[in-house]
Amino acid sequence: MQEGLPAHNELLPHLFRQEYAKMTAVLCRHFGLKHIEIAEDIASETFLKASEHWAINGIPNNPTAWLYTVAKNKTKDYFKHIAVFETQIKQALKSGEIDSEQGFEFSHQHLADSQLAMIFAVCNPTNSTESQICLALQILCGFSVEEITNAFLTKTETIKKRLHRARTNLRNDDFQIKALSETEIKLRLDTVLKTLYLLFNEGYFSKTNNQVIRKELCSEAVRLALFLTENPLTDTPQTNALLALMCFQSSRLEARTNDKGETILFDKQDKTLWDKSLIEKGNYYFVNACSGNELSKYHLEAGIAYWHTTSTDENKWQHILELYNQLILMEYSPVTAMNRTFAFAKVHGCEKAIPEAEKLNLTESNYYHELLGYLYADNDIDKAIDHYEQAIKLTKSKTEKQTLTKEIERLNKKKSNG
Amino acid sequence: MKEFALIFRLNDISDFKPSPEQMQERMNWLSGIAAQNKLADKGNTLLPSPDSAKTVRPDNVVTDGPYTEIKEFIAGYIVVKVETIEEAVEIAKANPIFKIGGNIEVREILKRD
Repeated sequence: MQEGLPAHNELLPHLFRQEYAKMTAVLCRHFGLKHIEIAEDIASETFLKASEHWAINGIPNNPTAWLYTVAKNKTKDYFKHIAVFETQIKQALKSGEIDSEQGFEFSHQHLADSQLAMIFAVCNPTNSTESQICLALQILCGFSVEEITNAFLTKTETIKKRLHRARTNLRNDDFQIKALSETEIKLRLDTVLKTLYLLFNEGYFSKTNNQVIRKELCSEAVRLALFLTENPLTDTPQTNALLALMCFQSSRLEARTNDKGETILFDKQDKTLWDKSLIEKGNYYFVNACSGNELSKYHLEAGIAYWHTTSTDENKWQHILELYNQLILMEYSPVTAMNRTFAFAKVHGCEKAIPEAEKLNLTESNYYHELLGYLYADNDIDKAIDHYEQAIKLTKSKTEKQTLTKEIERLNKKKSNG
Repeated sequence: MKEFALIFRLNDISDFKPSPEQMQERMNWLSGIAAQNKLADKGNTLLPSPDSAKTVRPDNVVTDGPYTEIKEFIAGYIVVKVETIEEAVEIAKANPIFKIGGNIEVREILKRD
């Protein structure tokens, strides 16, 4: 037994994250998705009991085993309760869909299968992308509504509504969590990967300045992608490409913001803060990803992220531009269009990139004006300032407004000196 | 929104195989259209060599290649989606094909239902 409250206070949230989602998945497999609330109730009660019990008695030697024993007992109690209920009220409740308690276990294989099934159930294409991310955070990552609200910088009510709608869809969807066949996996893997990609981006490009939340979103996405590579059915070149992309991007997480939470532009990042072990992991998965003939957008994005981790190669931006060219031809997105133009400027110079940028005509986007501000900075200071001012008007991020204001001050000084 | 095919024509078969630099220029041009979300179809290259191109004429006359009297041949096409033909023409003007004496025909597409 370990003594003392502090350790218990630190351990519990960590365990909660890791085990709550797994436990819900196993229980859900048992009860069926229609009764996801029962599964969640039992998981929550288990953790409640743990927090009470451990605070008094200390943390058991094997906390995970302890949790699963409690969950198992609670499940048995639940079925006993149902049995009594059924015999007394003459089977008013249809329990046909609920498995009997036999065969119910928390073994390693069972855990892995249940989790995989849960991932595929949650990433439901009928839900909007926002809802999918919210649902993934809640069910797969064990985030509370409050934590999700913080991550999205929105109102609790909005998140609750999104979750409610998503959960209704989840229950109504006939997705069979028990028998996840190869065909089903193939049909839905794209959606699953997209959800993980969005989850990661939500963390990486988060609107919130809370570094802890950002890192947690990213590491949760990595954890789930890693999990997919451990199952032969989901260990595809695309999955590996996505994981490689996440590793490359994560390697710069420490370097891309300062202690105030302000974004540091790529050129000004302290490269010694880049995480080399993550870059190596990225390389490993990228090699795996390139084992077939498949070329997905994750391959291209991982390729771009790879070149960003190299600081010396003189043809770096040429490679990046070529990859962006392929990416924009594969799938249009305003962000890709703007990033491509930035790479174009790095290769062909700002002056030539200005008409390319203006053609995009994305005047409602703050990034569009930031890009033009950057491109005009050396050629036409007044225009640059004008674009930065429009970007300030359009952005919702406080720190971004500050960064842009500083840039305008710098340009004004340059103008009066020049 | 209307769709226009941009049909690339070259004068000399030796120009058909581009240098890496020409390839890059073309890719930049094409991606620039995609970046404006105006590319409807990235189209295809049409191979002109005798092994890959034949012309069939009346009375079962088959000749090699895409051309006979005039040397000019079609090298490929793409499809853009824009509001007006003027816009499609502006897009075409930026293509590097003119540097090697080629030309581009712009044709509005009438879709068959």
